[in-house]
Amino acid sequence: MTAQTLAVNLDPLAKPFFKRVQIALIPIAILFAFAFPFLFSNPAITSIAMFTMIYLGATSAWNLFSGFSGYMALGHAVFYGTGAYAFANITEHFHLNGNIWLFALVPVCGLAAGLIAAPIGWLALRTRRHVFVVITIAIFFIFQLLAYNLTGITNGSAGLQVPSPTWGAATYNDYFYVAALVVALFAIFLSYSIRRSRFGLELLAIRDDEDRARGLGVKTTKVKLITFMISGSVTGMCGAIYAYYLGSVYPPFAFEAIFDVTIALMAFLGGLGTVLGPVLGALIIEPSQQYLNLKFTNGGYALIMFGLVFLVIIRFLPEGVLPSLANLWRKKLKSREKEGSK
Amino acid sequence: MEIINIAQGILVILAAYLSYSLQVHMHIDPFVGLLLTTPIMFIVGVVIEWGFIRRLKMQNRTAFSILVTYAVSIVIEGILTLFYSTNLKTISAWYVTKSIKVFNFYLPYIYLMGFVLAAVLLFALYLFLYKSQSGASIRAAVQNRTGAELIGININRVSAITFGVGAAATAGGGMIFGATNSFNPNTSYDLISRLLVIVVLGGLGSIGGALLAAILALVIEDVTAVVWSPIWASTMFFAVLIVILIVRPNGLFGQKAARAQ
Repeated sequence: MTAQTLAVNLDPLAKPFFKRVQIALIPIAILFAFAFPFLFSNPAITSIAMFTMIYLGATSAWNLFSGFSGYMALGHAVFYGTGAYAFANITEHFHLNGNIWLFALVPVCGLAAGLIAAPIGWLALRTRRHVFVVITIAIFFIFQLLAYNLTGITNGSAGLQVPSPTWGAATYNDYFYVAALVVALFAIFLSYSIRRSRFGLELLAIRDDEDRARGLGVKTTKVKLITFMISGSVTGMCGAIYAYYLGSVYPPFAFEAIFDVTIALMAFLGGLGTVLGPVLGALIIEPSQQYLNLKFTNGGYALIMFGLVFLVIIRFLPEGVLPSLANLWRKKLKSREKEGSK
Repeated sequence: MEIINIAQGILVILAAYLSYSLQVHMHIDPFVGLLLTTPIMFIVGVVIEWGFIRRLKMQNRTAFSILVTYAVSIVIEGILTLFYSTNLKTISAWYVTKSIKVFNFYLPYIYLMGFVLAAVLLFALYLFLYKSQSGASIRAAVQNRTGAELIGININRVSAITFGVGAAATAGGGMIFGATNSFNPNTSYDLISRLLVIVVLGGLGSIGGALLAAILALVIEDVTAVVWSPIWASTMFFAVLIVILIVRPNGLFGQKAARAQ
């Protein structure tokens, strides 16, 4: 290959080789994901897979807002919890039985979380940067307290019961897995289409320089708020599935501080602001965390390992796994080009 | 300095465990123990800065500082869980249970001593930041990092000292916290949420603002608890926080952030 063709390959507009591989891999990956419960029917494994899919959807949704707009929201557990409580309340109010059709409620719960996201976003998005981060954390704690105290809706710390599914124990996880997978694919598809749209470009412009974007005619508040609501509703859907899986909703499970940071971590690990980065991050972190929790009975070891792995990744792959690898790849191409021109 | 330290919560707990261990295993009074724990916490802070914060790239520093300090706090939490398990502990001494009668109110000694200690620490911090050479360097670095570097301030050293002092201050705070509350490694989540909220309410980078916000927070909580109901105490505080932030998005004494460019 001459140096010139390599230079063309470096052009971001041209489709590089590995991009074509990616496109070919996507249908295979989706097929494999759907076939997963048939290949590995061990309930311990399918349960881990189910949690991975829930987190995959949530972290993609988080990245959709925070990764693209640059606003670090650390309160997405609010929407997760809202989705969970919406699910519990709807099933209780209409005396629904636990069958497969209950999954149809998941989008409704997502809608509820999206509605909650509107006033929160309106309030929090008046600020920027660190203040925004802290306000989202504060709002999270308000919701956690409300979950304990608004006993009319949440039944306080006694929690709410969700109808238990009618299908058998052997395939118990599989239905939840498929539902979570569908939500996760939906989140990835949303990120992809937003990333490729004008709307997504406006978001990226806000991330790079909000004042300038505004000066150029981007309706920044509207764009940010809409994305925040979309992100919140997808997170709410994940929460609803989680509630159905657990069979009950309690404040500490629905509004979990660690959830906020975990999804942010996953997105960071894979590559913030990319479509596939959060997917990769969730696929790495969630199974390893679940595995560590199973492996070590003393929670201390799992925490230390998790923290250390995390530190190492930030130290050596600061932009996340995907962008760092892409950089390495680009460097390699460049050095090869230099050798070729000699 | 564009750094948000999430690990502060776990550092308070770490300091509380240090005081606890000194007292239980070596029978050193927690207040005397401060002479030991303060330098230890200072070193811990410097090590965290040197090991992790210093290595952050300039781009996106704030976001990464949150992640890195969170990871550090997970590791410390894991180590504490390993050594002390998750059982609730509390520091006990004669002055924790005894109280003094002031105008018909019974006031536990520990609250009085805690108040004095907090006042002394705050005053020392003020002196350090506003009257000493290092303090001037810190403030210069906060205002303009590049400018401070240009006039010969060693940013790395300043950053390490700032982190060290921040951690050293937790020695006293952790000891009082451990004596007035029962704690386990998980308690740090509660603490850090409160600390963050108080700092934002006061305005980032303002000592006076933080002091006022801390007093405001506790007064609102306690008054709500007595007048209305204890379960709404924290909610009330957070609600006030939101109202204030609607009016003043950068906190009570926060300066409007300059346009990042």
